[in-house]
Amino acid sequence: MSNLVEIRDLHFSYGKRAILSGLHMDFPRGKVVAVMGGSGSGKTTVLRLVGGQIRPQKGAVSVEGQVVHKLKTKDLYLLRRKMGMLFQHGALFTDLTVYENVAFPLREHTDLPEELIRDLVLMKLHSVGLRNAAKLKPGEISGGMARRVALARSIALDPQLIMYDEPFAGLDPISMGVTANLIRNLNDALGSTTILVSHDVKESFMIADYVYFLSQGKIVAHGTPADMMVSTDPYVKQFVHAEADGPVPFHYPGKSLAEDLGLGARK
Amino acid sequence: MMRRFLLSVGGGARDYVESIGLSFRTLFVMLGLSPGLLRRPRLLVEQLHVIGNYSLLIIILSGLFVGMVLGLQGYYTLNKYGASESLGLLVALGLTRELGPVITALLFAGRAGTSLTAEIGLMKAGEQLSAMEMMAVNPIQRVLAPRFWAGVISVPLLTGMFSAVGILGGYLIGVGLIGVDEGAFWSQMQGGVDVWKDVFNGFVKSVVFGVAITFIALYQGYEAQPTPEDVSGATTRTVVISSLMIWWLDFMLTALMFSK
Repeated sequence: MSNLVEIRDLHFSYGKRAILSGLHMDFPRGKVVAVMGGSGSGKTTVLRLVGGQIRPQKGAVSVEGQVVHKLKTKDLYLLRRKMGMLFQHGALFTDLTVYENVAFPLREHTDLPEELIRDLVLMKLHSVGLRNAAKLKPGEISGGMARRVALARSIALDPQLIMYDEPFAGLDPISMGVTANLIRNLNDALGSTTILVSHDVKESFMIADYVYFLSQGKIVAHGTPADMMVSTDPYVKQFVHAEADGPVPFHYPGKSLAEDLGLGARK
Repeated sequence: MMRRFLLSVGGGARDYVESIGLSFRTLFVMLGLSPGLLRRPRLLVEQLHVIGNYSLLIIILSGLFVGMVLGLQGYYTLNKYGASESLGLLVALGLTRELGPVITALLFAGRAGTSLTAEIGLMKAGEQLSAMEMMAVNPIQRVLAPRFWAGVISVPLLTGMFSAVGILGGYLIGVGLIGVDEGAFWSQMQGGVDVWKDVFNGFVKSVVFGVAITFIALYQGYEAQPTPEDVSGATTRTVVISSLMIWWLDFMLTALMFSK
């Protein structure tokens, strides 16, 4: 099976602060691949690199065999038509209604008649359970509902590659389960490839075919969800079982509390 | 110490030149993408409504009061020389050549420019521009270009309204209140105002101001960091830079146009 997205020796930094170092990842066609890790591990940066929103300092991201950061603007925009992305906070256009938001990519990229656009939009909204909210503005719906509208918008053009940035964050347990199943079902129904960035273990493992664990910009473990569940790797074990002790520090690295309080001098 | 100072000055100068270069690049990219608006004129019409129409009230009211004040002050000065019949000419020349374009531009920067900066900045902060890019829609073409052209078209039209209402204000005070001869008021104006030298030059000024203010407002919003402090700072910068730019451009254009 060929890979839709390939990442090779990827390095990215903001100024002198390294975010990603030497990543190698494969995203096979038709699969749901989860990229997991704690806050600040570089998960969202991977998505932004795949979408060509930022350029790597070294290495390459290839989508359909095309190196993303080497594409001209016109070709990059053509490639993006095959992508759908769900942003962490939805990123809905606040001046448009729910209906208009979902219709936006259809109107921008197709010449479909308005009746057909209407049917497609209502079907997409129905799939996320918000058909009856079509006339509302983003300010009139909850954060979780906004995320579901954004999901409907991201799949409006039936993309080959769908990227989700923390799709479960802030959702209630019912919506979380429904959204997880929806992501899997959409992937299978559209025959697309999914990159799922999340730190929700239960939902991600439920739908993912393969999992990459990132920590401080490096891949620390990868495998199927079943492999990860029984992994003895200290990082995976701590993350999957939500343990307080382990290789992932809770505190940002730096001076100790004793030093900051001036207690070190008493020695 | 000296080395650090020189590095700081050099770094600041480099950043300044870089920001100027980036702004011009954005302007040229936007101009290059503008023909796309011909296929979707609805986007331009919507923005003309928001930017132009919503600024109309403040422009008309300001124009009326400026014209009325000009009528009072003009009469006070002209009357000393027994030339109060020239009040219409003074009001018309003052408004078409100078006050109309400049005050309209300043009001437009405060009313519509700040609104544009805040809107674009908040769209950026809410990842709406990134979402648009990921949907293969160029935000410079879809968001910036229609607003830019709407501003460029609106400012001269608003300037025309400002000057016309200002002349009416001068008429109300001069003829209606003070009692200047009505025939002299209009005939002096008709005889003394040159369509090309005065009205057209004022129009050129307003177009230049429209380009400058609208682009400054859009660019400040587009380049703002997606934080509340920076969006607020960008809105302030729009007013400050636009105002200074208006005065500088006004001086340069006046020197060029009326120096002969």
